[in-house]
Amino acid sequence: MIKKDEIVWWASENFWKKSAIFITGFMILVLVLLTFDTVDKITVGSKRVPAYTVINNQIDYKYNKTRNMFEPVIGSESPLFGNILTTEEAEDLINLGKLTIQAKNCMNCHTLLGNGAYYAPDLTKAWLDPGWGAKSVRETLMLNFLMDPENNARTFGTNRKMPNLGLTEAEAKSIIAYLKWMSSIDTNGFPTNFRTIKQ
Amino acid sequence: MINFHALNTIHLNSGQKIAIKYFSMAIVIFVVQIIFGILAGTQFNNPEFLYQIIDFNVNRMVHINAMIIWLLYGFIGSVYWLIEDEAKTELVGKKLANFGFWILTIAVLIVVLVFLFIQDGEGSHASIWLINEGREYIEAPRWADIGIVFVMLIFFYNIYATFIKGKWSGIAGVLVLDLAALAGVYLAGMFYSDNISMDQFWWWWVVHLWVEATWEVLVGCIMAWVLMKTINASRRIVTTWLYIEVTLMLGSGILGLGHHYFWIGTPEYWLTIGGFFSALEPIPLVAMLVHAIYDSGVKNFKSTNNPALAWLIAHAFGNFFGAGVWGFFQTLPQINLYTHGTQWTASHGHLAFFGAYATINIAMFYMAIQAWRGNIHMGSSLIDNGWKWKTSLTLLNIGIVGMTIAMLIAGYKQSFIERAVEGSTWSGYFKAQSDPSFMLAMDWRMTFGWIMALGLIILIWDLITIGSHSEMKNNKSKLLST
Repeated sequence: MIKKDEIVWWASENFWKKSAIFITGFMILVLVLLTFDTVDKITVGSKRVPAYTVINNQIDYKYNKTRNMFEPVIGSESPLFGNILTTEEAEDLINLGKLTIQAKNCMNCHTLLGNGAYYAPDLTKAWLDPGWGAKSVRETLMLNFLMDPENNARTFGTNRKMPNLGLTEAEAKSIIAYLKWMSSIDTNGFPTNFRTIKQ
Repeated sequence: MINFHALNTIHLNSGQKIAIKYFSMAIVIFVVQIIFGILAGTQFNNPEFLYQIIDFNVNRMVHINAMIIWLLYGFIGSVYWLIEDEAKTELVGKKLANFGFWILTIAVLIVVLVFLFIQDGEGSHASIWLINEGREYIEAPRWADIGIVFVMLIFFYNIYATFIKGKWSGIAGVLVLDLAALAGVYLAGMFYSDNISMDQFWWWWVVHLWVEATWEVLVGCIMAWVLMKTINASRRIVTTWLYIEVTLMLGSGILGLGHHYFWIGTPEYWLTIGGFFSALEPIPLVAMLVHAIYDSGVKNFKSTNNPALAWLIAHAFGNFFGAGVWGFFQTLPQINLYTHGTQWTASHGHLAFFGAYATINIAMFYMAIQAWRGNIHMGSSLIDNGWKWKTSLTLLNIGIVGMTIAMLIAGYKQSFIERAVEGSTWSGYFKAQSDPSFMLAMDWRMTFGWIMALGLIILIWDLITIGSHSEMKNNKSKLLST
């Protein structure tokens, strides 16, 4: 049996107890400080997470040589469904979009910003996906698809179809608005090497 | 003498009587998890299966939520199991603990029924409060969140007050602080934001700080106690190891949170912080592995409860490989850029949750059944050589490892085709999904899933029968320590 005073300090219970307390405390402190900074930088209207009125503009996603990563590029006016929205209107629309995305449980098939399930494509840059063909028909195609995914299935040769979620037209439009807004978030280059719809 | 080894709660203290309720419910929900895993997996390969009846999102949601909930039931049960022994006093709030159990169980039942029969709602706050919050892992509607917090508070009070009344120990201190943190971080997931970056930022506080921090510390506490019981490890050694684990676990895991902040709109400094600290996360798992294996080896792997010890070893390896190695594979941002949101994550998730958490809960089930039958010896004296626990352990572990490897192969294909070659477009996604080797890997995933299901059936059969009168060579208790 080893006596207590024979134990070297770095193997002692007391040393590791203090280490556990101080290191955990320090890490929590650092996390809290970083959280303040991050929350500020991801608030809507910041450089990384644009204001909801960005849906009134053209959004692109291009490689930035200096940052060595892809980043969203906000262009000239390009209203969604032909309407320029005020700040409040854009907020209401985005809010409905987010509530619908949650209530319809999109995240258990799709990924959003890469998080979710892997049964269906990632939606981070869905607004910019070349699969919609051309900008001129994109909004209509997206709306038709969301309202009746079974008959407008986009399975790319597989038979994995989105179920009909009984979306109202307002809900479907709000989801499209949400996808457009989400594509404007600076995601540090994720996804990389993405080829956008012809701008 | 016929019923000498029948299940009898007379052998249990009041904390343990509550624990067996939690354990029983945990096993029921474990079965639910596997059933819905098989449904979701089948649907993945055959999309017509249950299409528009129970869609993939519903099956998958029940699958992952059942997992979270049965593990929680197992943890709560484990803590109630050890509390009176560790605090050397009776549980303070027995009725309260029972009340908490029934509140949680009724809430879980309602949530599952709503998930299955109502499934989704219109885009409104009412849907989020009453039907489905639509956020992975914490889909339970808001009313249920409040219920969960209420039950966790009851649980926390009970444990804290019992230790205060009885004897305080190193394990007690870590456990109480950890439970407070575990309940506290759940609050971070209980609000709505229309900003998805903000939403996911706080959502990860719950998901990461549960599974990669507070849950790990909790199983560290359980492990410390079980090692003292099964192989008679010294309290000083297990407590010192527990502090080492906490230091390393929270020293790396708290800022390791940053590896979820690479691509959700959060600033670029998280690429460095998250990459660095999450790369350190396997270190405490190495420590835990060394600790468990070394201590068991010192005792020549002799124990009073062989199935429990075997599952503890499975836990040590599973935690190290599943959480540690599989997590490390893709934790650096340069790699994660291609693997994030692919089958790599599913591969890691399966091995990590099973290896780190399911295993230790199963070890606790065996601890419980041993005492429930009158503290019988479950070392080497099982009449049939313990073929049932050995078979179920083998099948469950072969099943999970097989699924993990299959999904890893699928993940390699997916990140290569969809991400690297095709640049993450929708057509790239489907190109990867219909690649022959991806599809073959997903078929293998199903095969191994069925192997797990078979293992689970034998596990339950074993838990029901092990140590009963007919199973014993002799019915005399032979505890190692006596």
